[in-house]
Amino acid sequence: MKSLGNVRRSFTPWADGAARPYIAFENVTKRFGDFTAVDDLTMHVYEREFFSLLGPSGCGKTTLLRMLAGFEEPTSGDILLDGQSLKGVPPHQRPVNMMFQSYALFPHLTVADNIAFGLKQEGMERGAVAERVDQMLKLVKLEQFARRKPHQLSGGQRQRVALARSVAKRPKLLLLDEPLGALDKKLREETQFELMDLQEQLGLTFMIVTHDQEEAMTMSDRIAVMDAGIVVQTGTPGEIYEAPNTRYVADFIGNVNMFEGRVTAIDDGLAEMETGDGFGIRAVAQPGVSAGQHAWFAIRPEKVDVTRRKPDQDQNAVEGEVWDIAYLGGLTVFNVRLDSGTIVKATVLNSERAVEDPIGYEERVWLSFDPDCGILLER
Amino acid sequence: MSGRWTWFNVTSVVLGFAFLYIPIILLVIYSFNESRLVTVWAGFSTRWYVEMFNNQGLMDAAWVTIRVALVSATVATVLGTLAALALVRYTRFAGRTLFTGMVYAPLVMPEVITGLSLLLLFVSINMDRGFWTVTLAHITFSLCFVAVVVQSRLVSFDMSLEEAAQDLGCTPFEAFWKVTLPVIFPAVISGWMLAFTLSLDDLVIASFTSGPGATTLPMKIYSQVRLGVTPEINAVCTILIGLVAIGVITATMVTKQRAVADARARQADPA
Repeated sequence: MKSLGNVRRSFTPWADGAARPYIAFENVTKRFGDFTAVDDLTMHVYEREFFSLLGPSGCGKTTLLRMLAGFEEPTSGDILLDGQSLKGVPPHQRPVNMMFQSYALFPHLTVADNIAFGLKQEGMERGAVAERVDQMLKLVKLEQFARRKPHQLSGGQRQRVALARSVAKRPKLLLLDEPLGALDKKLREETQFELMDLQEQLGLTFMIVTHDQEEAMTMSDRIAVMDAGIVVQTGTPGEIYEAPNTRYVADFIGNVNMFEGRVTAIDDGLAEMETGDGFGIRAVAQPGVSAGQHAWFAIRPEKVDVTRRKPDQDQNAVEGEVWDIAYLGGLTVFNVRLDSGTIVKATVLNSERAVEDPIGYEERVWLSFDPDCGILLER
Repeated sequence: MSGRWTWFNVTSVVLGFAFLYIPIILLVIYSFNESRLVTVWAGFSTRWYVEMFNNQGLMDAAWVTIRVALVSATVATVLGTLAALALVRYTRFAGRTLFTGMVYAPLVMPEVITGLSLLLLFVSINMDRGFWTVTLAHITFSLCFVAVVVQSRLVSFDMSLEEAAQDLGCTPFEAFWKVTLPVIFPAVISGWMLAFTLSLDDLVIASFTSGPGATTLPMKIYSQVRLGVTPEINAVCTILIGLVAIGVITATMVTKQRAVADARARQADPA
């Protein structure tokens, strides 16, 4: 069976019609004055899922999270958690914990007391609190920092304290607001995997807000791409990357080349399109695309072949001049300028150490691709 | 930056400090003067300190002042903190601008006017002037100082701390009590100290609002000075200066010690 992208684990409750969603946003709208932050949004998240809300700042993703935590009430619509409406339930009574973007560590308390805060509040007995705190410290590898105050820690350590504090109460749902935003790149990559392990270990449902597409791709079971208060597309990282449903999504996730044109014919899901760049495209079309309509063809740079010789095909091939070459070690990125002026990105995997007669600047090259390598989009 | 001492630097520092401290040093020195005449030095003695402690009028005034300062600073701190909270948190209530202006007005209001208007109020509601009227007056004017100090701290307070506390199971009140208050406590304390000192050395408002039996120390000193300065007054002032100095030095040392401890902890492992 063919699958879009590599699958991280075989976990697909969303494909099972009988599965009951753990979190259900039902027609949720949130307005702040005249501004609509979330617009009639319906979305389901399943138990033990690692779910990402991805979008630019101001797209309403944080508002969604804050409505789940109880810091904001929906203007209309309802949010159900495990089948129960959250309407009117104050934050301190929700079985949900949140890790804040600023970490929000209590500066007057030690690391251990920060972690113990929620447990003590719950009225947990002292011995049990100490035991749980030790367990959490071990989990985030901060055993020797228990007596420190937050301001005596590095950014990465603070992040781990915030994480330990938010999972100490063993919530069934953990909300994470840009949890890795303040970390540098290397630490962020390490922490991504730590978060994934932790989620699986504790069997929690994670709902994470991020504007970093790579982060969302790495960690999530599913991603919801948001724009201006609505969810544009929900799907696995593979679906979002390989079968974006709009130009917005294609552009937001990863790099993409876009060609605009008119569909001339459509047959069994394969469409023919005449582009404004002087070449014909034959490619898989989104369902609903019909002949005669305006459309866009989106193709990822790594799916474009770069050759000196003209390929044996009339469609899906175009000639251009090498404009820029970026050598990135593992990959080389060619920016090729078509005669129409459009710049097309093509990445080539450097699978060998030495290349004989490499393609150079200002050389004429042919770009080509297979019909199922890109997708024809309506919007 | 060059850390060189130039002639100009040395002169300005010396003149600046001389301007600030010579009067105070003179006052302290003359408090140990043997002579009854303030300006004539007749040898070292602590006689005026003994006499001061035996002067019942002066001691009563000091006691009144301290009680007024303690009560008014405490009440003003509670009310001022609440006012600051309201001003910072509830940014969208009707008449916020007016309210803000009204809290700040006493800061710039001439004391004579504050004193007079309070006096008129107390007279019109037929309140006997004494300890409580002075205390009320002091609460009124020091409240706004506390509000300003606490407000400036609250502006930089990360609201997500309170949300985090609620997220971990606190009611809004518990979140304030267990997180917000401890975090802003240094500002609350400095507000209290400011209110305490303001009350301690207030002369104008106290003169308007006090009555028989509630003479504060500044009033007492002022009235005695009109009859001629005695070395006894110098002794009282020296003690006041000493108390204030001890307070300031302790506060500085506590802050500094904490900074040093933090720096050490951070150096211990640069993780």
